[in-house]
Amino acid sequence: MLSKTLKIFVFGGYLFFASVANASDKECFEKVSRGIFKFNQGFDNVILEPLAKGYNKLPEPIRNGTGNFTSNIATLLSIPNHMLQGEFKMAGHATGSFLVNTTVGILGLANPASALGLKNQKEDIGQTLGSYGVGGGCYFVIPVLGPTTLRDTVGMVGDNLVDPFARITWHEREIKSISGTKVDYVGLKAATAIDFRGDNMTNFESLEKNSIDLYAATKSLYLQNRQKKINNSSESNDDDWGNLDN
Amino acid sequence: MRKLFFLIISVFLISKIAFAVTYNSNPKIFISELVDDAIKTLSDKSITKQEKNKFIEEIAKANVDIKGIGLYTLGKIRKDLDEKTISEYHVLFEKYFLKSLISRLTDYSDQKFSVIDSTQKNAKYTIVHSKIEEGSAQPEIKIDWRVYTKNPQKPLIRDLIVEGLSLAKTQKEEFASILNSNDMDINALLNKLREFVSS
Repeated sequence: MLSKTLKIFVFGGYLFFASVANASDKECFEKVSRGIFKFNQGFDNVILEPLAKGYNKLPEPIRNGTGNFTSNIATLLSIPNHMLQGEFKMAGHATGSFLVNTTVGILGLANPASALGLKNQKEDIGQTLGSYGVGGGCYFVIPVLGPTTLRDTVGMVGDNLVDPFARITWHEREIKSISGTKVDYVGLKAATAIDFRGDNMTNFESLEKNSIDLYAATKSLYLQNRQKKINNSSESNDDDWGNLDN
Repeated sequence: MRKLFFLIISVFLISKIAFAVTYNSNPKIFISELVDDAIKTLSDKSITKQEKNKFIEEIAKANVDIKGIGLYTLGKIRKDLDEKTISEYHVLFEKYFLKSLISRLTDYSDQKFSVIDSTQKNAKYTIVHSKIEEGSAQPEIKIDWRVYTKNPQKPLIRDLIVEGLSLAKTQKEEFASILNSNDMDINALLNKLREFVSS
C-alpha cells in the first residue's frame, strides 16, 4: 500500500515538474548528455549497427515478420493510451488490429489487419501526457536508450506499469495463464531497436554525414517527432518563417 | 556548314544540361514537374555521376530559395551581422547546402512519387503535400514542400517536411547549438561550414 502511494506521489511530482518546465528545447545537463550521446554512438557503431546490417541481409519475409510481431505487441500499450486520450475510434482500430493480427496473422507475424483498413497508430504515456498539455520539460540523453525529455522519461516508467506485455514479462505477473520473463521483455525491445535501425540505415548514414552538429540535429529531430506524434499529424506547425523576405 | 551545325547542336545540348528548365508557376504543378524531372535524370543510368551532381546543383540554384533558407537557419543573429559577414555566410552556406543536397540525393533509387494536393497558407506560402509510395523495403513516406510564392511567377522551395520533420528547422537548431556553445560567435559557425565544405 505504501509502495503504491509512493509511486503515485513520485509520478505526480514528476508530472508537476514536467508541466512547469515545458520548454523541451532547454537542456537538463548538456555536457553530460553530449558525453552520453558519444557513448551511444560508440554503442551503435560496435553493437547496434553491425546487428542491423546483418538483420537487413535476412530474407524480406523474416524482416517483415519481425517488424509486424514487435508492432503487434506494442499495440497492447497503444490501446489504453488511445482510451486515455479519448480517441475511442482509434482504440477500436488498435484492438481490432491486435485481435486480427494475433489470430489470423499468426501471433502477429503477418499484418492482415492493415488490408482490412484497421489503423495501428503507436501511442505511449509520454504522448498521452503531451495530449493533456504537459510540456516536455528539459531534454537529455539516456545511455543506450537515447534522446528523451523529462515528460517522456516519466512516460517510460508509466509505460512499464500500464503495458500488459511488460506486466507479464518484466513484472513476471501471470495474466489469463500467460506468463513470461524479463528476458522476453528485453528480447522484444532489442528486436524493436534492431528492426528500427535496419529500416533507417540510409537515414542514419545521411544524417551523420551531413550534420555539422549531430547531437543538435538528433535533438531537433527527436523533439519534432514527439510533437508530431502528440498532435497526431505529419504536418509541421512550424510557422516561424514570419516575414523573412529576401 | 557541317561545323556550324555541330556547333549549334553542341550549344543546344550543353545549354540543356547547364540551365535548369523553367517549371509551371502553380506550386502544385511546379513540385510535380520538378520532381518528375529530377527522378528522370537521377534514375538515368546513361548519365554520369558528375553530370547528375551538376544537374542537382543547377536545379537547386534555380528552384530552391537557398539565400532565404540560409537567413532562416541563421536565426535572430542575422540582424546583428554586418553586410560583409552576411555575404561571406551566404557564399559558405550555398556551398554547404549544395554539397549536403548532392550527398543526400546520390543514392537515389527509383521510387514512385506523387503530389496529393496543396494548401495555400497565405499570399507568400503554399504547402504542397506529396508522398513517396510504399515499396518492398520502405513504408509510404509523406513529404510536404513549403513553397515561397512572394513572386507568383517564380515559386521557390523553402523547406521540405518529411513525415512532419522540417529539414530547415533541424538545420536552424543545429546552427543555433553551435552559436550558443560559442557565445554567439558567428566565426565558430563559419569555421564549421568551411570545414564541412572542404572535407
